[in-house]
Amino acid sequence: MRHRHKGRKLNRTTSHRKALLRNMVTALLDLEQIETTDAKAKELRSITERMITLGKRGEDDLSARRQALRVIRSKKIVAKLFNELGPRYADRPGGYTRIVKVENRRGDGAHLSIIAMVKEPVTFKDMKHKRAMLEEEAKLREASERKVEEEPVETPEDVEAVEVEEAAAEEAAVEEATADKGEAVADEPEAPADEKPEKKED
Amino acid sequence: MAVPKRKSSKTRGRKRRTHEKAARPSLSVCPSCGEAKLPHRMCPHCGTYNGREIVAEEKKENE
Ligand SMILES: [Zn+2]
Repeated sequence: MRHRHKGRKLNRTTSHRKALLRNMVTALLDLEQIETTDAKAKELRSITERMITLGKRGEDDLSARRQALRVIRSKKIVAKLFNELGPRYADRPGGYTRIVKVENRRGDGAHLSIIAMVKEPVTFKDMKHKRAMLEEEAKLREASERKVEEEPVETPEDVEAVEVEEAAAEEAAVEEATADKGEAVADEPEAPADEKPEKKED
Repeated sequence: MAVPKRKSSKTRGRKRRTHEKAARPSLSVCPSCGEAKLPHRMCPHCGTYNGREIVAEEKKENE
């Protein structure tokens, strides 16, 4: 059973493996792209992602900097991690590296990969999980706000205002239907708007 | 102990070995340059994967 057996041994002793991966994460953060075996790339991915997460804690976070220095072998690269990589990946919710398989190595036929830091801008798809989380939060917040709103008594002016709002919301809804996925993010804040007025008319 | 009664002939041995073949590599066609490449791998001819440049063209030719 491989219960609680995480990671690959890479045919090395613990100290050898640790030293190897420290060298590799330092090289990857420096060069942004390295070619290695599939297995090493997959181990390296997890360590590198952890380092970037430390880098996102900001230049002034001494604790994070010291944790990074325990792994990365160069102060220069740690400085790069906090000054350059942290801000670069501020909006990306994980997934800072990409592994692409390449042709097997001539000689021993080892499976090789290129592991590289992701340089493309964050897309709608990258945000999938974070978006779901934020939507859930928004729903809960709205539900609690609605309870408060139901209390006050409506005046005639309020009703008129609501009707105008509703018309605007309908227009927005039509736009939303034709909009592509990328624009849907921007439209989301409007979605609660067409729900609230209906509730008020009750 | 069980022992062969006859030497197996050249023909018999060769017939048996007709099924020992090297596997044909499964190849796919690179969408960006049209060359044959291994599936799920960067194209060794143009250095792209999923429409993305991974390895610069000049660097590849030096190899
Ligand atoms: Zn190609």
